Amino acid sequence: MSARSSPKERPFSLAQREERLGWILLMPAILVLILVGLLPLIHTFTVSLTNAYMASGREPRMTWFHNYQMIVRDSEFWLALRNTLLFTASSVTLEMILGMGIALVLNSKFRGRGLVRAAVLIPWALPTAVSARVWSYMLVDTYGVINDLLVTRLHLLDEKIAWLARPGSAMASMVIIDVWKTTPFVALILLAALQLIPRQLYEAADVDGATAWQKFTRVTLPVLRPAILVALVFRTLDAMRVFDVIWVLTRGEMRTESLATYNFRHMVDFRNLGYGSAVSVVIFFVIALLVAVYMMLLQKKDND
Amino acid sequence: MRRVFLFISILFVVLYAVFPFYWAVNGSLQPSQNLFRTPADYLPVPPDFQSYGTALKNENFPIAIRNSAIVAGGATLLSLAIAVLAACALARFRMRGSGVVLAAVLGMTMFPQISVVGALHSIITRLGLYNTLTGLILSYLLFTLPFTVWVLTHFLRQLPRELEESAYIDGAHPLQVLWHVLLPLAIPGVATTGLLAFIAAWNEYLFALSFTITDNVRTVPVVIAGFVGGGLHEVPWGPIMAAAVMVTLPLVLLVFIFQRKLVEGMTAGAVKE
Repeated sequence: MSARSSPKERPFSLAQREERLGWILLMPAILVLILVGLLPLIHTFTVSLTNAYMASGREPRMTWFHNYQMIVRDSEFWLALRNTLLFTASSVTLEMILGMGIALVLNSKFRGRGLVRAAVLIPWALPTAVSARVWSYMLVDTYGVINDLLVTRLHLLDEKIAWLARPGSAMASMVIIDVWKTTPFVALILLAALQLIPRQLYEAADVDGATAWQKFTRVTLPVLRPAILVALVFRTLDAMRVFDVIWVLTRGEMRTESLATYNFRHMVDFRNLGYGSAVSVVIFFVIALLVAVYMMLLQKKDND
Repeated sequence: MRRVFLFISILFVVLYAVFPFYWAVNGSLQPSQNLFRTPADYLPVPPDFQSYGTALKNENFPIAIRNSAIVAGGATLLSLAIAVLAACALARFRMRGSGVVLAAVLGMTMFPQISVVGALHSIITRLGLYNTLTGLILSYLLFTLPFTVWVLTHFLRQLPRELEESAYIDGAHPLQVLWHVLLPLAIPGVATTGLLAFIAAWNEYLFALSFTITDNVRTVPVVIAGFVGGGLHEVPWGPIMAAAVMVTLPLVLLVFIFQRKLVEGMTAGAVKE
């Protein structure tokens, strides 16, 4: 097919050629994602219907929905679910508030703004597992710097807290670490949206005599709503899948399990492939449900 | 007055973001006994580099760095190659169903990795790739590919259409438009996306923990998270902090040099311009 032939001579229209080439270009990506995503998912589902154990030597038997019944009866599963939901709610709320604050600070003009923005990116860029290890050193009750600051230096507390020794404070620590790590992401999305707000809106509000708080709630927040929603979606889904920080800090012990660590323990530590796969399927559907809800919300946002 | 408030806010923000990293640097430069003392020592003067020596002498650590580089680099390059083609198609070619594919790609960026750990373990073992860097690279495509396709599609959509349109008017075949117009224009976007994908792959923990079993194949996050040192009761915080600093310092430098591009990529598709 020569490039310079007139439209009437070509056997296929441009639109048809585009479409054909487009699908050819998409094929590798689709195939890879089927191989590492869809196929494993189907495999997981079929294994969940059996009593397979890793490297047990014996043939797995079909047990149908027995594993799922066991999940419902396992109080630790419900604890993991509760922990994950609590973790998600707390960290996402804190991240949105702190992120908004940081975004407002970064939106102001000052010298060295680029440097501050780069500094803010640091928590996000570091590996969670490595950061968690550093934090676990900071959180040691006897010689960790957090207690050193709170008790010895600033006298904000009377006694040192054994952060990782009790479920409540351990979970609180994990939320703090997660918030520390992911607030930059929220802040930068909100900042990008903030920088698009036309000054005229604020000037008009000034003319009407609006206070700073009113300007924030009546001008900033409504215009920022789409960006807030996007940040909310991504952060919620990330938080529901939390694994690294919990595994590095406590391995999910002391009642700090999340859905992902619960799954990992049964699948890898206990080698219970059948049960572990059932948990994986449940987690997948929980996440998929959230994704569906958010997709609908995002669609609605686009239509506004 | 407002300037003072702003200044204090900036100070808090910077301290909050940087303190743990500073603390790792501090811990890596203190003599070991200081790390267990209370009250803590905030300034490493004079700096003691012994921890760095210990960390580097442990064979697992330099090997882990090499492994991470290979895996992150491999996964990034492979993803980019596949993703740039897919993104050109999704961003610029009219195709029925491209909206559905894009929505599926976005959905896949939120895929719970834990749900396929077991199955991927079986697949990778069956392919003879368990406990290999290749197996890890393959598994990483699960999260690097949707992400790179999504970000690149967003980048390409923003490019001006004039060059393509004039090429089509001249009678060019879409393949020629792809090769001579789209791909060259995509290069800046590819660089940014590659940087983000590399960081994500470098930082990954779950798959690296699940699909490797011997130290010669392990990656940096797994080694640092699991480092317990010799048989002593005390955790070797000094070498751990030194290792953490050695691994994160390049990332910090990357962030400072490429922060504009990183932010562009991070917020891609999130905010309508």
